[in-house]
Amino acid sequence: MSEIVLDVRNLEAGYEPGVPIVRGASISVSKGEIVVVLGPNGAGKSSFIKAIAGLVPITGGAVLLDGKDITAAPAHTMVRLGLAFVPQTENIFPLMSVEDNLKVACGILERRDIPGRIEEMYTAFPDLVRQRRTAAGNLSGGQRQMLAVARALIVHPKVLVLDEPSAGLSPKFVSMVFEMLAGIRKSGVTILLVEQNAKAALAIGDRAYVLVEGKDRHEGVASELWNDPVVAELYLGQRPSRAGKGGSA
Amino acid sequence: MSLQFIVDGLLTGSMIGLGAIGVTLTYSILRFSNFAHGDFMAWGTYATLTVVSAIGAMFGKIAPIAPLSFGWPLLVALVVGMAFTALLALLLDKVLFSRLRSQGQAIIVVMASFGASMALRSLLEFTFTSRPTYFSRAIQIAMPVGFGIRITPDQIALLLLTAVLVLGVHLLMTRTQTGRSMQALSQNAALARIVGIDVASVVRVTWIIGAALACVAGVMIGILVQIRPFMGFDMLLPMFAAAILGGIGSIPGAVLGGLIIGLAEAGAVQLIGAEWRAAVSFIILMAVLFVRPIGLFGVKER
Repeated sequence: MSEIVLDVRNLEAGYEPGVPIVRGASISVSKGEIVVVLGPNGAGKSSFIKAIAGLVPITGGAVLLDGKDITAAPAHTMVRLGLAFVPQTENIFPLMSVEDNLKVACGILERRDIPGRIEEMYTAFPDLVRQRRTAAGNLSGGQRQMLAVARALIVHPKVLVLDEPSAGLSPKFVSMVFEMLAGIRKSGVTILLVEQNAKAALAIGDRAYVLVEGKDRHEGVASELWNDPVVAELYLGQRPSRAGKGGSA
Repeated sequence: MSLQFIVDGLLTGSMIGLGAIGVTLTYSILRFSNFAHGDFMAWGTYATLTVVSAIGAMFGKIAPIAPLSFGWPLLVALVVGMAFTALLALLLDKVLFSRLRSQGQAIIVVMASFGASMALRSLLEFTFTSRPTYFSRAIQIAMPVGFGIRITPDQIALLLLTAVLVLGVHLLMTRTQTGRSMQALSQNAALARIVGIDVASVVRVTWIIGAALACVAGVMIGILVQIRPFMGFDMLLPMFAAAILGGIGSIPGAVLGGLIIGLAEAGAVQLIGAEWRAAVSFIILMAVLFVRPIGLFGVKER
């Protein structure tokens, strides 16, 4: 078994005390993997991933990054600890230029390394070069997502965590975003993402977890999970009969 | 009509503009209207005056730097006053604003700033009385510079100082990591934390810049007009009008807004009469809010 980068154990989290949205979810992400977290609407996927990033108060359990406990770490220290988060929406600074969006994220880099690192991002995301002076708010949906991911990668994170990177994008951009993530993994970055678009996410993912009512219910190799009848019924909506309690928004 | 109103207007506008920078920064980054900002001006001015007096008591009479009305003691005192005002703002934030801010209701913070404003002003009256006082009682001879315009050496020096400070703050905001962090925080506070910005330290820088510039604006008023406990409070309306006219969050906007209001005030004094001076800011503020609420350089909120 390869080295575990991100280890989440029995995580409990929620905005209100006594009302946990995440109720004892556990996952682990090994070095170089893409791990996908799926689940029906309202399963707590987004809260789960935001809690890992320090944005939702954690009431129980632990988050370990490279064996180090980062459970109580404030959100702004996460990049320094090695975890870079890409929120689902509003993940760029709209009034700042593309270049300033990248620069503002370089706070933890050595000053002399910043220009070179920005050029590396432009090489990896050539679409951004032409727009470097453009206000980020004027970018297309796909380009915004690229900028948000470039901004997260610029600090050499140990793990890149994304909240529904395909949400709100047109089909053309959806496939572009997933190709981009597959490419990033090839360059050696470990990725954890939450997704609604199960098919596309499982196509690039190595392993996946299904989160239901704030708990991890299933875990498996991505390709096998897609064909698992229980998972299909629970979440992927392949069976016409939606038995039981599923489907609450 | 005499063109003298241009000089008067630019000077008033500089004072308003320097003050409006603090107002616009607090509004866009900390998300509340700080009504105590005018009192930072007054406190900074009295602090500067106190240091000037202390230096005078220690070193005796010091000749001014010709042709200005003031010497090095005022410059030293100004720097001390700026630091003092910054500390005052940080202290007020720590004991009052930051606690209320964490409750998440902007209106409570606004009301608290109103209370702080009254308390600060009363403390000044208590300590220094409400009698006006001056940095120097010397009268400067204004030099004619053509077109019927006259200007004193003090006025030239203060206009230059304003230009240098505004340029400096603008460069800080647009060219440095601190400035980018401030912009980021004003646009999306949650994302700012995600990209690793320590919100608390950016908030501190915001207070320091705003308060230090308020002190400079106050000292300018002290040099050119007079020093009174109400000097800053009376600047509130023009400062807010300037910040809104320029577009909340915009440094160049705040300064340009200040200059426009200063010039409009000075022009109104000549054209309509001095009793209408105070109405100018109010009319401009109303007009902006009706016609273009986002101001000259403002951007629509998402």
